[in-house]
Amino acid sequence: MEPSVDLTLRHARRSTQIKELAIQSILIASSLVAILTTIGIVASLAFEAFRFFEKIPLTDFLFGLEWSPQMAIRKDQVGSSGAFGVIPLLTGTLLISFIAMLVATPLGLLSAVYLAEYARPKTRAIIKPLLELLAGIPTVVYGFFAALVVAPIIRAGGSGVGFEISSESALAAGLVMGIMLVPFISSLSDDVINAVPQALRDASLGMGATPAETITKVVLPAATPGIMGSLLLAISRAIGETMIVVMAAGLAAKLSLNPIEAVTTMTVQIVTLLTGDQEFDSAKTLAAFAIALFLFILTLGLNVIALKIVDKYKKQYD
Amino acid sequence: MTEYALTTSPSLKRRHAKEARFKWCGRIAIMIALGFLVLMFSAIIFRGMGAFQQTKISLEVTFSELIIDPSSARDPQELARANYKPVLTAALAKTFPNVTDRNGKKRLYKLLSSGAVFEMGKLVSDNPDLIGTSQTIWLSASSEVDLFMKGKIDASLDENLRRLSDADIAYIKTLKSGGMIKKKFNTAFFTNGDSREPEMAGILGAALGSFFSLLVCFGIAFPLGIMTAVYLEEYARKSKLTDLIEVNINNLAAVPSIVFGLLGLSIFLGVFHIPRSTPLVGGMVLALMTLPTIIIAARASLRSVPHSIRQAAYGLGASKTQTTFHHVVPLAMPGMLTGTILGMAQALGETAPLLMIGMVAFIVDIPHGVTDAATSLPVQIFLWADSPEKGFVERTSAAIIVLLMFLILMNLLAVFLRKKLERRW
Repeated sequence: MEPSVDLTLRHARRSTQIKELAIQSILIASSLVAILTTIGIVASLAFEAFRFFEKIPLTDFLFGLEWSPQMAIRKDQVGSSGAFGVIPLLTGTLLISFIAMLVATPLGLLSAVYLAEYARPKTRAIIKPLLELLAGIPTVVYGFFAALVVAPIIRAGGSGVGFEISSESALAAGLVMGIMLVPFISSLSDDVINAVPQALRDASLGMGATPAETITKVVLPAATPGIMGSLLLAISRAIGETMIVVMAAGLAAKLSLNPIEAVTTMTVQIVTLLTGDQEFDSAKTLAAFAIALFLFILTLGLNVIALKIVDKYKKQYD
Repeated sequence: MTEYALTTSPSLKRRHAKEARFKWCGRIAIMIALGFLVLMFSAIIFRGMGAFQQTKISLEVTFSELIIDPSSARDPQELARANYKPVLTAALAKTFPNVTDRNGKKRLYKLLSSGAVFEMGKLVSDNPDLIGTSQTIWLSASSEVDLFMKGKIDASLDENLRRLSDADIAYIKTLKSGGMIKKKFNTAFFTNGDSREPEMAGILGAALGSFFSLLVCFGIAFPLGIMTAVYLEEYARKSKLTDLIEVNINNLAAVPSIVFGLLGLSIFLGVFHIPRSTPLVGGMVLALMTLPTIIIAARASLRSVPHSIRQAAYGLGASKTQTTFHHVVPLAMPGMLTGTILGMAQALGETAPLLMIGMVAFIVDIPHGVTDAATSLPVQIFLWADSPEKGFVERTSAAIIVLLMFLILMNLLAVFLRKKLERRW
């Protein structure tokens, strides 16, 4: 009877092996979804953008100073070629991101320094989640607040000192976006500051430096690469942010760096080109994909650099 | 003995002052950020609380069979669509016997919401016995009357500058003195779909749209996310493939959400022809977006399960799969669920990608499944915020309050799970 026992055992082992193999294949397949998503994004954006560049030359898009995607409905209509220069959109995006970073950088860094170096554990346990709440609020809420509360305040303040500020201004969108970015900067910088070895602080304090001197002259310089990484991530977020600018920044594509004027951004134009009536083949809809490809490359580049910096920094003190 | 212990040099004093200033800078930064949070919440709550009440006008309505159901068929669908305008004008005429001219009657009728006839239709088709009787019922007032009752129309303004004439205001005052106009709890806001009329607009359609989208999103992202995490943490040896997967996950987490919308537009809608504007395609896009969040949380949770558990299982003869799925995954589940809930909360607040796949249409019907056209709560907020009607301002804020409530609930649930179920090793 012995051989048959052996046979069933071997049979059982084989079926287990097959099961293991099947499960492992399923697991591999599901983890490929992440890669497939990236491929899907790149392929769909590149494909539609390529069709766009068949109609509009790449150089016109990258270096064009004018953006007016109005295409004529009939071929024989006058002025049937719209202008598809991305530069005004890029300047608008960068202007708003710049204003946002102007708000977010000092607030985020100072909060991070206070939380990491000064706050008692109890205070920290209350304030940190409260700050992170800012990151959890949907951006449509920020947009509504920017348009309904912040913009009128800025306009009233402007007319008080004799400025004419339009109700949709880069300033309102940028300020509110800046607040939204505070937790992104503060929590990452907080981690980075905490990772600076205590020995550095002790040495500085032991030499008689005040805590503030220790922070500004020892801790922050040591943490600079990581902080840079967190700022780059925040910039990439600002560039890709959509709802705040859609609701508060406006549509006019002007080549202007004036923060109290209405400016438009890449994300706003994607939304305007793709919501509402559209036919799938027109240069107008395809243009949205070209902008999105540009946006994707820009944010991806920023991210890769940021993650590299943070990674390198982490290894430095590990 | 020299007293250098007690003398402080002026430079030290300066340095200490600087220290105090620096510390205050940190405090002020936090105060500004949190102050903004408080300002935003209070502005929204202040504006939105009004929408939970709706002005109603009480009328003594005679449900005349001749007008409502001349055929006496009592067909509920016919009853819902019957012509209730003459019934309401008659009731108004009874309340205001002095108003006899055409113009005045027209104005009176305008005090009621244009949705009042639908309220009547629903009431009668639900209770056909009302026909032939005379009842006092409460009907929704128009948005202007509602705004006036909530003190948002200034009666001292010039008549031409406000949406209600002096005559209208006089009517409202008459109603008020008779106790026939009152603010009541706004059930319509929670039971109606979208509407062009602010006083008839509700969030149920959008909330269900969000619910169905999240259902799809969870159904896709949760299993995929957990399987990916299990593969990367438990099965895969470090290789080029796993590196590539990891880089992809990290980068996907930072791709602007609107790009996911474009992916949905060109692949899900363009190639697979999934119906536009549906929670199905919305949920799929949101799933791809939340996948990195779930994977990252699930991996951290798997890593926190101690090795001794795995070794114990192997020692008793369990296979890799048995060890992983019978022992490691169940122990890591609370952390995985916490991460998933946070991912779902993020998906619930997302707007931009949904705009790209057509979930931004004006949809009155309440969706009943994942393939019905729908919007979602944040998109509804965006649509209302864009609306020029003044009555929508408070409804937008109220919808935000509801959305934030859901988000807070989900976050509390995540915190609860973490506190109650997660084990410390």
